[in-house]
Amino acid sequence: MNMLTSTRAKGFNRREFVAAGIAAGAGLVVGFYLPHGSREKSRTFSPNAYLRITSDNKITIVVARSEMGQGVRTALPMILAEELEADWKQIEIEQAGASTLYGDQTTGGSASVRTTWDPMRKAGAAAREMLISAAAMTWGVPRSGCVAQEGSILHGASKRRLSYGELAVKAAALPIPTDVPLKQSKDYKIVGQRLARVDTPAKVKGAAVFGIDFKTPGMKYAVLARCPVIGGKLASFDDKDARKIADVRYAGKIGDAAVAVVADSVWGAMEGRRLLNLTWSDGPNKDLNTAAVLESLKQGAAKKGVSLFSMGDVSKAKGGKISAEYQLPFMAHAPMEPGNCTANYSGNACELWAPTQVPQDCRDAVAQAVGLDPDLVKVNVTLMGGGFGRRLEHDYAVEAGLVSKALRDAKLSDSKNGTPVKVLWTREDDMRSSMYRPASLHQLSAVVDGSGWPLAFTHRIIAPSISGQKGQPGPNGVDPDLPDEAAFVYGVPNVLLEYVLTETAVPLGWMRSVYALQVAFASESFIDELAAAAGKDPLEYRLHMLLQNQGKDQDITFFGTTWHTARMRGVLQLAAEKAGWTKPLPTGRFRGIACFACFSSYVAEVVEISMEKDAPRVHRVVAAVDCGQVVNPGILEQQIPGGVIYAMSNALRAKITIEKGRVVQGNFDDYAPVRMEEAPAVEVYAVPSAEAPTGIGEPSVPPLAPALCNAIYAATKKRVRALPILS
Amino acid sequence: MSLCGACTVHVEGTAVRSCSTPVSQVVGKNITTIEGLGANGLHILQQAWIAEEVPQCGYCQTGQIMTAAALLAKTPNPSDEQITSAMNGNLCRCGTYERIRRAIRRAANGGAVAGGGSL
Repeated sequence: MNMLTSTRAKGFNRREFVAAGIAAGAGLVVGFYLPHGSREKSRTFSPNAYLRITSDNKITIVVARSEMGQGVRTALPMILAEELEADWKQIEIEQAGASTLYGDQTTGGSASVRTTWDPMRKAGAAAREMLISAAAMTWGVPRSGCVAQEGSILHGASKRRLSYGELAVKAAALPIPTDVPLKQSKDYKIVGQRLARVDTPAKVKGAAVFGIDFKTPGMKYAVLARCPVIGGKLASFDDKDARKIADVRYAGKIGDAAVAVVADSVWGAMEGRRLLNLTWSDGPNKDLNTAAVLESLKQGAAKKGVSLFSMGDVSKAKGGKISAEYQLPFMAHAPMEPGNCTANYSGNACELWAPTQVPQDCRDAVAQAVGLDPDLVKVNVTLMGGGFGRRLEHDYAVEAGLVSKALRDAKLSDSKNGTPVKVLWTREDDMRSSMYRPASLHQLSAVVDGSGWPLAFTHRIIAPSISGQKGQPGPNGVDPDLPDEAAFVYGVPNVLLEYVLTETAVPLGWMRSVYALQVAFASESFIDELAAAAGKDPLEYRLHMLLQNQGKDQDITFFGTTWHTARMRGVLQLAAEKAGWTKPLPTGRFRGIACFACFSSYVAEVVEISMEKDAPRVHRVVAAVDCGQVVNPGILEQQIPGGVIYAMSNALRAKITIEKGRVVQGNFDDYAPVRMEEAPAVEVYAVPSAEAPTGIGEPSVPPLAPALCNAIYAATKKRVRALPILS
Repeated sequence: MSLCGACTVHVEGTAVRSCSTPVSQVVGKNITTIEGLGANGLHILQQAWIAEEVPQCGYCQTGQIMTAAALLAKTPNPSDEQITSAMNGNLCRCGTYERIRRAIRRAANGGAVAGGGSL
């Protein structure tokens, strides 16, 4: 049975799920095999839930993760197609909805490739072996004389060939092998190739259907007025004026802190909302402001923390002491596509069209809200106009389910089929009703020897817990994300990483790279401070720190994951070489460097800037990544710059502030991401590797802010110790 | 608010933000959306967008292409500064800006890889 389902029952949270998936590896999908041939019984070969081959030679690969720009609809099928020895041009892609067939479908934690690498390969290999057997039986020849090649089985001796379609019926009758040989990376024909993404043409033609684009006949539109104060409630409302708008069909309370207006048009719903007379009960956070949040972090710093990691004994190191504090604000994901979801509650079932990163959670959350068994909620996963972690949450889907149910309860929906309703968020709704990257405080200290090399390194992370706030704290209150995002991959002899849990009323969410952004900014900026204090080159300083274990590389185990200083050296040296680190820069140009390892990958970045008045202008970013086997270099070369530009927005200006319990920022004027005028060219280099692939969606985010701030220090001798840079 | 540019369409060949354009302003005018951009098949910019593999999530890209098409219609061979100036109102949270620049240069170059630029 599904191991992940059983672990979920024990209360595993989202992140532990991902970890369990990786640990389970090979076991992830074994046990999900459908009774073969169960669909369209005699004509379809479907040895597992990921693959269907029909006798008309159509090969369909099912993608069970969500596409939000990171290329899963291309990368995951490539992995299966490789082992299947398929002809890539033949492959059709199908998006899975919420299902029990694929294990955890969470699209987050840069985990889609790394957690499906084994199951997708095994699914393809099992099918390949069955097709070989089917051909050998057909021809009455030994299997050993048959090879799979570009969608056919070939019999070398007789030069006979049968397509997979021709073999589908026979293969479907064969037993599914459990122990199949997997290909060597040197034999790969598809994995590692720069194949064009399957979703590109639709996206340039305007044919791609994002959640916000979904339409179905008779659909209504809803917008909601939500309490602007965090944790506040609806006291009363009057919809007399709203109902004067011609196409407004309904206004009613949704949950305990919102009023929905449903209309035949988006405009009608928005006008209706504008005309609502609302009275809110502001609740306990009516005086909350950002200063109080930062004060609570400072107070938290006085508390004793939980040890995340300890090597040697920092208290015994003797030498010069250097210390500094770093601070980061709340940030919002701000994807291009605002929150939305379409729901049709028909009394005994509910269908959703949802831009969701976690179809199963979406299903469960809506099922609970509308009082249905999860099996009665169908989730259709749409394309997403960015996710960045915001769509790990399902507040908008729950709203859609509740509004659809409210229409039903008010007898305003079709009595038989229900009436679909699309809940739409405006940009301001999206910015102000989000779950934010936690603000955090970081206390760093080091003990250095006479040459300035660190003998001891201490990092205290003072932050509220995202999972903890959602009622799923990890052991000892340690946020379950930290294991993937806070490893200190250096060979310093004495290290202590400590976590102090604080509380905040501000809703928290997982935002691209999650805690790795905060941890890397503080840690890699501080290392630059140590290098500067020692009068040493920042690259040379890091390379020395990586080899402080008697000049040797070291494996560092952090919460069960082993990290290698050798791989970190690899990316640092590659980035430095490609950036020309040792070569002089033109007058007025300055560089900074930083590296970080998270989501099982290693990234180093060199940022080249000039200063224009007091603001940095980024001219060039060189990123080197070690993510094991690269599945598709073209996608890597999209994701790494994508993370860099996202991180530039975070570093330069991203800051959510709270006044009187309300989020201040509302749109892209006061929460201003990088536009073309600020966007540098980003160069991407991968360390060649045959190791299993690891994450690429997030790992380029964390090194950017420290590399940029280290460049600012090189230019100005001023240290940026709080983000955003341009505050 | 017109702050992201994702909804850009052409009114009489000029790029406008549909989110902040009242219907009353466009009555009787020629409106072109991404679906109508290529008269016969794909517009040269759409081809360039595919060749340069520009989109990631893709949400902003139709607006980007419409803005770029209005630029090229008036300025067939834009400088880097002209590209940035025309495109700066179109946000992309996936950070595809460098590929957008390359695709516009490619289209301006008749579909072939264009040299020069800020790389």
